[in-house]
Amino acid sequence: MIEAYLIAAFAMSGVLFFSRKKAVIYTLVILFLIGQCSLTVYEYQHLNLEEAGYFKADAFSVIFLSVLSLISLASAYHSYVFHTKRNGLVRNVAIYFSAWVMFIVAMSGVYLSSHIGLTWVFIELTTLCASALIYHNRNERSIEGTWKYIFVCSVSITLAFIGILFLSVAIQEAGSTDLYYGALLSHAPKLNPFWLKLAFIFIFTGYTCKAGLVPMFTAGVDAKDKAPSPASALFSSALMNVGFTGIFRFYEIIAQTTILPWANVIMLVAAVLSIFVAAVYMLKVNNAKRMLAYSSIEHMGIVLLGIVSGGIGAFGAILHLILHSFAKVSLFFQIGQVYRVYGSKSILDIGNYFKYNTTGAFVLILSFICVTGMPPSGMFISEFMIFRGVFQSHHVLILILVISLITMIIWAFGKNMFKMVFTAPADFDDRQVEKISAVESLSQFFFLALLVYLGLNPPAQLVSLIEEAIKNLPHEVWKRS
Amino acid sequence: MTYVLLILFTITFFYLAIANRLDSIINLLVFQGILLFGMAFIELRELHVVNLVFILLETIVFKTIAIPVFLRYVIRKNNLTRESEPFLSNFVSLIIITLMIVIVTFIISNAIHDTHVKNIFFVVALSTLFTGLYLIVSRRMIITHVMGFLVIENGVFILTLAVGNEMPALVNIGILLDIFVTALLLGIFVNKIGDVLKDMDVNKLRNLKD
Repeated sequence: MIEAYLIAAFAMSGVLFFSRKKAVIYTLVILFLIGQCSLTVYEYQHLNLEEAGYFKADAFSVIFLSVLSLISLASAYHSYVFHTKRNGLVRNVAIYFSAWVMFIVAMSGVYLSSHIGLTWVFIELTTLCASALIYHNRNERSIEGTWKYIFVCSVSITLAFIGILFLSVAIQEAGSTDLYYGALLSHAPKLNPFWLKLAFIFIFTGYTCKAGLVPMFTAGVDAKDKAPSPASALFSSALMNVGFTGIFRFYEIIAQTTILPWANVIMLVAAVLSIFVAAVYMLKVNNAKRMLAYSSIEHMGIVLLGIVSGGIGAFGAILHLILHSFAKVSLFFQIGQVYRVYGSKSILDIGNYFKYNTTGAFVLILSFICVTGMPPSGMFISEFMIFRGVFQSHHVLILILVISLITMIIWAFGKNMFKMVFTAPADFDDRQVEKISAVESLSQFFFLALLVYLGLNPPAQLVSLIEEAIKNLPHEVWKRS
Repeated sequence: MTYVLLILFTITFFYLAIANRLDSIINLLVFQGILLFGMAFIELRELHVVNLVFILLETIVFKTIAIPVFLRYVIRKNNLTRESEPFLSNFVSLIIITLMIVIVTFIISNAIHDTHVKNIFFVVALSTLFTGLYLIVSRRMIITHVMGFLVIENGVFILTLAVGNEMPALVNIGILLDIFVTALLLGIFVNKIGDVLKDMDVNKLRNLKD
């Protein structure tokens, strides 16, 4: 199945690149979406089946593959709306969708691959496709965003590759040349701690550029700002999950070794710094899309905190990642509509959104409630689990610090959000405001409803999938001695 | 013999630290490409013939001929000034590079005591990595950032040589990275930036911020 999927998707992407008819483009995109959904269903029904030598769908991959497929359906619809309203060159639309298809294929590949080298290759591929999406508007600003993104990501990905080389030195000393996750897990206790530490530092630093964590978070923010909103939605949900996948798979190996406490300290520092950076920028940011990007950084920090604390925190972390994807996606889709109304992303120019698009304003308020983790949002549950994990692992001071930072973030987020919805904008001429149909907000309502449902009443299948996904992590919470 | 090449390679870092003309950095990249070719030729003899030819082609055709030619073309087409405009003086750069190499050597040779890996490879590879990073942060022009990235790539190549005999697959992946990324970074982008911005200076890329 996966071979057929890959070949078909690569072919589609190639054809898309050269097609100059809108009908052809959209037919191919619909065909691709059907393929993507069937792949997801197939992988769920064939859990832990090895395919094509390099792919295996475990619980972790299936969870995030499903999230990606759901999001890609909505993203395709919003991309369609985006291109219809913009009415740009057909050539640019074709390139956009060609890159979009490749992007989703690359991300699916990251989730499904069972070889650390292949994961890396697919993550590299996401950089290339993402840069085509960021460059879509072809102006000075988007060039700057794309250049920074390519450059920072290339350097980081190279660092990750160096990490993999160090890991290969370690595995050679343990008498094997196998870089499959399964083999690495079974050999983990025998690996030389020195090489493993070096490998961890390089791989972790490398993948933070995709996961949106300190130290390499900067590139992602510019990318989410400059890309068209339907693509930004993918960047701040599925792509961040991709970076997290890279880190998580390696962390599973580390969890079997003696250097786990050391790695935990590093990840803890990165998590707290990410939340801190997000808080600092949230307080001064003036661009709605960048604000959402910083909020993503904050949530990735929280997720990392959950993974580090282990036990219930790890469960909460995976749940949080799923729910965060849905919340952020609806926010980004909505910001796309806001941009169409006001022609600006600056929070100062946006206001009284209720007056121009009532449904959209509801989406903004509801998703604000969801993304900040207020009940009945599902993210309240997952954040609560993570904080309980942190508390049980006796990191009370860190918990206090993090919670106060998050309070600041919620305040800044709320201030900007309510300004956009209720306060009148400065010098805004509302005679020619575009009327936005309520149908365009349906997908956002769907995601928000799903978020509440999955958080408050997670179906038994989801719970067992998450438990299966974190089975290689330590079951008890981590206590620093 | 490999050691001689590696030491020659290390010496190029000192020259890189004080090279202020774009031309001389490109010449150094050519020289590094030739050295890498020599190292790969000596070290990887046990590999499969196809793999070996692939690697040799990469070092000689790609690193030594194609990229330098392309860089020169970009420089000429965009009428770049010949100076790479470093932020720091030559003397300070030289001191920093030297310190970096000494510290890396010290740490690596203290930490590794096993027979599997050749320490000198690791020392040179890590020094290359840091030299590349230094080149990126210390120069003002975008094209020197690309050159810094190429130096980092060379470091990765040396690192793959250290583990290459046992794991040819990894070497191939590394080469894939080289070709993919450098082609993209150089081919499309430097030109586009040149078209839109006229003046390829990082200070022009300061619009996106908070």
